[in-house]
Amino acid sequence: MGMTMSEKILARASGRERVRPGDLVLAKIDFAMGHDLTIPPAGRIMREEMGADRVWDPERVAVVQDHFQPAKDAASAALGRLTREFAREMGVSWYFEVGQGGICHTVLPERGLVLPGELVVGADSHSCTYGALNCFATGIGSTDLACVLALGELWFRVPESLKLVYHHRLGPWVEAKDLILHVIGLLGVDGARYRAMEHTGEALGWIDMEGRLTMTNMAIEAGAKNAIMACDEVTEAYLRGRARRPYTPVRSDPDAGYERVIEVDAERVPITLARPMSPADTAPIDAVAGTRLDQVFIGSCTNSRIGDLRRAARVLEGRRVAPWVRLIVTPSSHEVALQAEREGLIRVFLEAGAAWTTATCGACLGGHQGVLGEGEVCLSTTNRNFPGRMGDPGALVYLASPVVAAASAVAGEIVHPAEVVGEPVSA
Amino acid sequence: MNATGPGSIRLRGRAWRFGDDVDTDQIIPARYAIYSLDERRLGEHAMEGVPGVGPGWAQRVRPGDVIVAGSNFGCGSSREIAPIAIRGAGIACVVAASFARIFFRNAINLGYPIVQSPAAAAAVEEGDEVEVDLEAGVVRDLTTGREHPAEPFPPFMTELMRTGGLVPWVRRRLEERRQGVG
Ligand code: SF4
Repeated sequence: MGMTMSEKILARASGRERVRPGDLVLAKIDFAMGHDLTIPPAGRIMREEMGADRVWDPERVAVVQDHFQPAKDAASAALGRLTREFAREMGVSWYFEVGQGGICHTVLPERGLVLPGELVVGADSHSCTYGALNCFATGIGSTDLACVLALGELWFRVPESLKLVYHHRLGPWVEAKDLILHVIGLLGVDGARYRAMEHTGEALGWIDMEGRLTMTNMAIEAGAKNAIMACDEVTEAYLRGRARRPYTPVRSDPDAGYERVIEVDAERVPITLARPMSPADTAPIDAVAGTRLDQVFIGSCTNSRIGDLRRAARVLEGRRVAPWVRLIVTPSSHEVALQAEREGLIRVFLEAGAAWTTATCGACLGGHQGVLGEGEVCLSTTNRNFPGRMGDPGALVYLASPVVAAASAVAGEIVHPAEVVGEPVSA
Repeated sequence: MNATGPGSIRLRGRAWRFGDDVDTDQIIPARYAIYSLDERRLGEHAMEGVPGVGPGWAQRVRPGDVIVAGSNFGCGSSREIAPIAIRGAGIACVVAASFARIFFRNAINLGYPIVQSPAAAAAVEEGDEVEVDLEAGVVRDLTTGREHPAEPFPPFMTELMRTGGLVPWVRRRLEERRQGVG
């Protein structure tokens, strides 16, 4: 039997001819990432407990200030400082200071640091995002990260693969976000537990790299270990002029083994939202339309790249946010912010009455710049809506695409974007 | 741990049975997280959150006993104190049909033996005397005389187990590299 893409990467990285699901392997890491919440403990474990005085390869480590930065209080300033000092003392090549990077999962792909065929780990559960670029990418704990920083290797259990095949093409108004929410609704929050989610099928051909990153980002919401896609023209075009290292893409063999194959007719996927309090509690827009909102958040590593902001701006252009709603727009990287400035998108947001913030995780994890109070209702383009995720446990969070978010901010309630804009918008 | 010579780690004890989806809050209720640094203290409350078990379970465990559970053992939070509490109670090894991902990683990183064996999970009964052979990948039910296949431990995982987890393992590996061995 042949191997899946995920299996091929783990086999190569562990110096084996082949691996099969369930195997435990010791594998060499191609790239590792930590941020202001995970670098401080990992750095301490690495230096004090493991006795390492340098990182295995400073060229292959990224350290990003994103979760509670710019520092929201004195405690996060202390974490930011430990993170900064660690990066400096270790001579890490890819250190992203406040105002220069943004959210880790947007920054790494954007800077060409995670590439096809590679094995990538990040001390953050949404590190699975990078799999859209045909790498095996997964989230790890701080002790794991300390091990990687010290040695450049880590142990893995080879996951079983789950194959998703998307037929036809997404309909008007329906985005990658709707598709992945729909799939999480089908699978449930642990439907892909421990599994590699392999996304395939002709519908992906029409989904750009940003949309693909949105899809792989949410693999963990179904319990998956990683998500992965093949490297095609869209991937190659994205990497041109960006990739920092030569790379070798991997493909799944025609006779690779899958635990389950799930076929989805993309054409029939409706605009989909997740209802409070679980990303798997999904519903078509008609079922939740009319829900009155207090806050709309367009941000996070899921949905705040330049295309997301463009589509949101198309909706908001010449319109105003409903008087009882606060719309917060947080670009997911400094690059995205710069580009939004060049294209005049920031002006559109400001004129519509939105609050525009610096690139940070911010409101996504109830950190700062938009924390919800008890009983408040929010529509968010992020990836999680478990109780308390964005603030008070009594706040209600719906998850949706940026277009639905922008239209709903104008309407003051959840609305089908066609009711606000008429014609579908594209990036 | 009862190591019977190089290349083999065998554990022997009585089986304690648990069902499917035992989550981290059942293994060690969150209120005991304050004892995070005290393994024995945590151990006294191990498994008391499991419906129908309650406080006092750990007092009946003899050091070396094993837990035999169903699927998705250790689901829920990423709390590293879950395997620590089980170890603190004197349980030598957990055998389950399957483990939740983070529990699995945490246990291995602590150097704590866990074994996946759907066959043993289906057949072993409470109180059976079992022997777990980690490298051979076998769970022997000495009471019934039946052998159940398990996922074998590859050599490097055994090494991790012998050195006591990821931290000492990395320390040793670094040492070897410095001396040009590794
Ligand atoms: S934006 Fe949200 S989901 Fe993404 S890394 Fe930050 S906190 Fe995590």
